[in-house]
Amino acid sequence: MFPNLNNLPVYDTTGVNERIARFCTRSIKASSKNEGLKMALSMIDLTTLEGKDTKGKVQQLCYKAMHPHDSLKNIPTVAAICVYPSYVGIAKKALEGSDIQVASVATAFPSGQSTLEVKLSDTKFAVDQGADEIDMVISRGEFLAGNYQFVFDEIAAIKEACGKAHLKVILETGELETLDNVRKASEIAMYAGADFIKTSTGKIQPAATLPVTYVMFDAIKDYYLKTGKMIGMKPAGGISTSKIALQYLVMLNEVLGEKWMNKKYFRFGASSLTNDILMQLVKAETGIYQSINYFSKD
Amino acid sequence: MNKQDTNIFKAAWTYDEAPESTDHIQIKKIYELFIDGKFTKPIKGNYFDTINPATNKVIASVAEATTEDVDVAVKAARKAFGSWSKLSGKERGKYIFRIARLIQERAREFAVIESLDGGKPIRESRDIDIPLAANHFFYYAGWADKLEYAFPNRTPKPLGVAGQIIPWNFPLLMAAWKIAPALATGNTVVLKPAETTPLTALKLAEIIQESGLPKGVVNIVTGAGETGASIVNHPDINKIAFTGSTGVGKYIQKAIAGTNKKLTLELGGKGANIIFEDAAIDQAVEGIVNAIFFNQGHVCCAGSRLFVQESVADLVIQKLKNRMETLIVGNPLDKNTDIGAINSKKQLQTIENYIKIGINEGGEIYQPKCKLPKEGNWCAPTLFINVSQSHRIVQEEIFGPVLAIQTFRTIDEVIEKANNTPYGLSAGVWTQNGAKIFHLTQKLEAGVIWANTFNKFDPASPFGGYKESGFGREGGLHGLKPYLKFE
Repeated sequence: MFPNLNNLPVYDTTGVNERIARFCTRSIKASSKNEGLKMALSMIDLTTLEGKDTKGKVQQLCYKAMHPHDSLKNIPTVAAICVYPSYVGIAKKALEGSDIQVASVATAFPSGQSTLEVKLSDTKFAVDQGADEIDMVISRGEFLAGNYQFVFDEIAAIKEACGKAHLKVILETGELETLDNVRKASEIAMYAGADFIKTSTGKIQPAATLPVTYVMFDAIKDYYLKTGKMIGMKPAGGISTSKIALQYLVMLNEVLGEKWMNKKYFRFGASSLTNDILMQLVKAETGIYQSINYFSKD
Repeated sequence: MNKQDTNIFKAAWTYDEAPESTDHIQIKKIYELFIDGKFTKPIKGNYFDTINPATNKVIASVAEATTEDVDVAVKAARKAFGSWSKLSGKERGKYIFRIARLIQERAREFAVIESLDGGKPIRESRDIDIPLAANHFFYYAGWADKLEYAFPNRTPKPLGVAGQIIPWNFPLLMAAWKIAPALATGNTVVLKPAETTPLTALKLAEIIQESGLPKGVVNIVTGAGETGASIVNHPDINKIAFTGSTGVGKYIQKAIAGTNKKLTLELGGKGANIIFEDAAIDQAVEGIVNAIFFNQGHVCCAGSRLFVQESVADLVIQKLKNRMETLIVGNPLDKNTDIGAINSKKQLQTIENYIKIGINEGGEIYQPKCKLPKEGNWCAPTLFINVSQSHRIVQEEIFGPVLAIQTFRTIDEVIEKANNTPYGLSAGVWTQNGAKIFHLTQKLEAGVIWANTFNKFDPASPFGGYKESGFGREGGLHGLKPYLKFE
């Protein structure tokens, strides 16, 4: 069902930024910090999306996903590995026996500038290779040209091609410019069948930001109130430190609340965040910040 | 749209305590009166306790100034006026700049003491009260040598001794609002802080001593209403500046009738906060929270009457309730606290009494499920839904975290209702339609009107009331005028 885009809530940038500033002044200490860090770790989609990716690189990353830091007891693994379609099979095999999901970007990632046929076959290939989750990009050009029905239909078609795989829809908010556009794109994606909405590809600056994520939370909240369906959220790109990750979690906690505070409904698309969280967890246990060289870089 | 369980959005992750340290602050056990540059024992030797409203424990003992003490203070101010008023504006400005810098240097200490003595959350005293107080001194320091440019061809001259009486809701900030323009214009000051929150004014006295300001230029006398009356009735005072309740404001105006004293009053309010259907609803909800729950609602310009357009009323109220569930009420010194302690037992009783009145009048009450500490004075943030202009809780200033919500249909209706109050201090308008904003700001009878925001202050922006909310402006160029005469 195509959503009614005429009566969407609007956003005041100054007001949103002010609200964000309030989240950022929350002081997260002691056991709540530890709890938050572990939660953040469990929500990471450990990502490598480079032209220079190889089988070896992907296998190493998969091992890291399963063994973030073996000397730390009682820490979770990350939620998923995120790779290009050509490495889905390799990742799937490397992760065998773990409950870590394999996510694959598809649909002519990152620009999305191709035909629907190419995008569908891209998606089907990834699913056939065993991808549990598909991260698609929307056609931003069509969106900005006002062809919302085109964007909607494309998402719906990809959703169908996904079969059992979960669909994350990347809005590439850095190219949408306004918060009102972010809301509109979120609305289209959710009604077209997205299981998750995601901020960015990580290839465009700015990538994920707190204000953009806030607006997407608000869209998810309203969608739940209207339909009773819970949609997940994935900010991706630019979240590289524990401090920023905790700010996202504070916002998640206070806007969407406990039902969303798990890897089923919230993910971080990040690569370097993992080691920063591990460093903080080790600090919490030992009282000392260890050198970054004690943390494996895969 | 409310078929789903809205309670699903409840936060689950609770934050551990994150209290601001109190190790670095210095509070004396006993505070005396600051007269003629020195701390002086009160003539009659009486003291009263100042209490931490979050624990009801005594923080310090403070001298009570009688008519005799006030007389000594006024004499000191009169004596100092001679040379202070003759000092060049540039030199006066230097002292005021110095005070501003010293406040900045000790901002953390001031913030902690403000929260200890008054109950406001450290987030507010740290991020709003203290920085604004310093900014106020900086701002007026800049005017000190430019008065002739501010009022060209009018030869501005200082009035003499200013008697200033300030409230307990923004103790240091109100002291700054009063002292800074008085000094910039060449007047001398006898200031009385409120009896429940005298500590930051007395710390300011220490800073004033340290700044080398000539003795007697600023005198700070502590005490309750009687001390205030002694200032108001002192024959050798040229100007009274008062911020507080409308009742006391009326008393002051009567008391000085027939004298030459100039007067500015900044009194109560019952601000209308107006949400139109074309507003950014989510930010408007945040604006409602900032308008009424800022500083526990102890704000004269609080947006305590909410008007929501009927087409979005259910949505706004539901969003507001959800938002209120995430407000943290508790220890003012905790960095995560959103709403602190009610300033005094007496004020808590006033608020609780109004809540009772609201319930008895048939208003639909809503309070979030928040745990309140056992000791101290606490009030959960409160809404009254389905009330009308005829309800007492809509007509009278409560000065607490209690919001009365009404709906409206048309712009003319809301203007009429918003103005249908003896007060006229503040109002807020929420719409993404610029023309509507300007239409309303022309029609609303209020000294301050915010558009798409609320409770924002800046030293360069004048502040004051219409109708029974007072007269005279503080802040900005306008704030200089009440301290000057023109020849």
